[in-house]
Amino acid sequence: MVQHVGDKQAEALFHLVDAVERATVLGNTTEQLANDGDSYVKTVAKRFMKNKLAVISLVVFVLLLLTAVFADSLSPHPRDASVGMFQAAPYDNFLLGTDDIGRDVLTRLIHGTQVSMIVGFGSVLIYVIIGTTLGLVSGYFGGIVDSLIMRLTEASMSFPFFMVILTLVSLLGSGIWVVTAVLGILSWPPLCRLVRGQVLTIKEQDFVLAAVATGYSTPAILVKHILPNVLSPILVNATFGIATAILTEASLSFLGVGVKKPRPSWGNILSEAQSLRVLTSEPWRWVPAGILIFIAVLAINFIGEGLREAIEGERKS
Amino acid sequence: MKKYIAKRLLTAIPVLLMISIAAFIMINLAPGDPTNLYVMPDATPEQMEATRRALGLDQSYPVQYMRWLTRALRGDLGISYSTRYPVLPILVSRIGPTVALMGTTLLVSYIIAIPLGIISARKQGTWVDTLLTGGAFIGVSIPNFFLGLGLIYIFAVQLKWFPTGGMLELGGNASILSVLHHLVLPVAVLSTFYIANMTRYVRSTMIDVYGENYIRTATAKGLTKQVILTRHGIRNALIPIITIIGTDLPRLVGGAIVTEQIFQWPGLGRLTILAINQREYPMLMAITLLSAVVVLLVNLLVDMMYAVVDPRIKYD
Repeated sequence: MVQHVGDKQAEALFHLVDAVERATVLGNTTEQLANDGDSYVKTVAKRFMKNKLAVISLVVFVLLLLTAVFADSLSPHPRDASVGMFQAAPYDNFLLGTDDIGRDVLTRLIHGTQVSMIVGFGSVLIYVIIGTTLGLVSGYFGGIVDSLIMRLTEASMSFPFFMVILTLVSLLGSGIWVVTAVLGILSWPPLCRLVRGQVLTIKEQDFVLAAVATGYSTPAILVKHILPNVLSPILVNATFGIATAILTEASLSFLGVGVKKPRPSWGNILSEAQSLRVLTSEPWRWVPAGILIFIAVLAINFIGEGLREAIEGERKS
Repeated sequence: MKKYIAKRLLTAIPVLLMISIAAFIMINLAPGDPTNLYVMPDATPEQMEATRRALGLDQSYPVQYMRWLTRALRGDLGISYSTRYPVLPILVSRIGPTVALMGTTLLVSYIIAIPLGIISARKQGTWVDTLLTGGAFIGVSIPNFFLGLGLIYIFAVQLKWFPTGGMLELGGNASILSVLHHLVLPVAVLSTFYIANMTRYVRSTMIDVYGENYIRTATAKGLTKQVILTRHGIRNALIPIITIIGTDLPRLVGGAIVTEQIFQWPGLGRLTILAINQREYPMLMAITLLSAVVVLLVNLLVDMMYAVVDPRIKYD
């Protein structure tokens, strides 16, 4: 009996040594790679930079981000004040004309950028934290916790997402923070499943087994050894997530449920074009807002695709 | 196979229960006291209290949930605040137009996207592929309400080819041709995203299939490109495409809400917005519940179709 246990220990030790050796070999190759010039991040960045469309998109996105941050100083007029003629086509220093109560359309568009970025980044931050945590736990521990979380993701993914958000936001009261919170709290299931799938394969790999055998605590293994290996897919998912969040907020505000006036959002500016008069004879009041949403979403989608290709290219080679 | 279907049906039950619990929680989140629906406006507090007790609103939430669930299963989804009529018949009258809109959209999307995806995959790396992939990116990025407004402006207001909205002509001319005429623009808006998304999906599936061994065997046998494409390529690529109906349906519901609102299409989506604006929470919950159940059932159906179509997959 004692002998038997001893055997098992020996076996475990053998595996440990084996794993450590392999890890060392792996370490050597990465070191060689590093000597050749590049770390993982640098390689991916280099690949990304070769994709012209993605780089242009990144520039566009950074410009939009700066517009959001410096909205107040960039705006030619106060945001909610009647400063010009009513419903005027572009004139003088009202480059995109004015709306029905004489507010400057350009100023309101600039502040709309702020809304899109806050909702985009805010909700993605929330759902990445929830989705990653639950995905790590679900994939690593398995068992009842895993099947519970998986049933939960299935249930919420079979819900018509937009309808639920629409209902919840209208129940909880509109506003930029409600929209951000609801979007963030409801968007995690796909990411959770993605992370879980990755963890399932990673946790069987030697470096994790070695870490377990060496006696690292479970949280340490999850955060230090497994998490770094799922970061790239999370990053790609989060990028596309920002685009989806911006589109969803714009749709909600367009329907009069999301961000409400006087606070301008691209969606609620476009909503004015539901009146046939604005649609047909005052295009300056809705076309620029639509184009901005389109450009922002398209740019983010191109960035996401560029990132995905850069990261997957890494895996293939 | 039968075992698989039975198992799949069984796993749907906990999901349905979760959906119902979520709907119940949302109903209770809704502001307003439902007791007001059942009493006269000048009711005394005692009368209010008696009605509350009669309705079971004084009981614990689990008890209330069970009562609500059994009523919902019998088709009693509550009473409309403004008309005091049951919600269900109003809801049922709106299903037809929505089904027509979504069905036509799916049909049109498949007819256009599958050939485009195949062409894109066959010409991988050429300018045709670049054009189609770029177009697909534009299609998934353009906000449907902006596209809708743009199409109304160009094709309804300027060119006057199509009506700006609605489903029937004034005067109630309900011929199929007239409905189809009203359907063109909404379907164009709603299907843009699907065509774009599906083209990308078909493209990547076709590229995967072309890497399979049986295609290599077919090529080695000396079959013509045409036969390889139709008999081996497309048939195998189409199988995973079935599943996309199921995963895309929740999104289609969302798109339909916006599209119906822009084109004043008299379906469930427009009813949703109406319910929100008039604070008709029982109606809103009923629509949410209905669409969740339908989405779940369609997913179930898709899974079963998948099992029937692809004999390689063993379910146990």
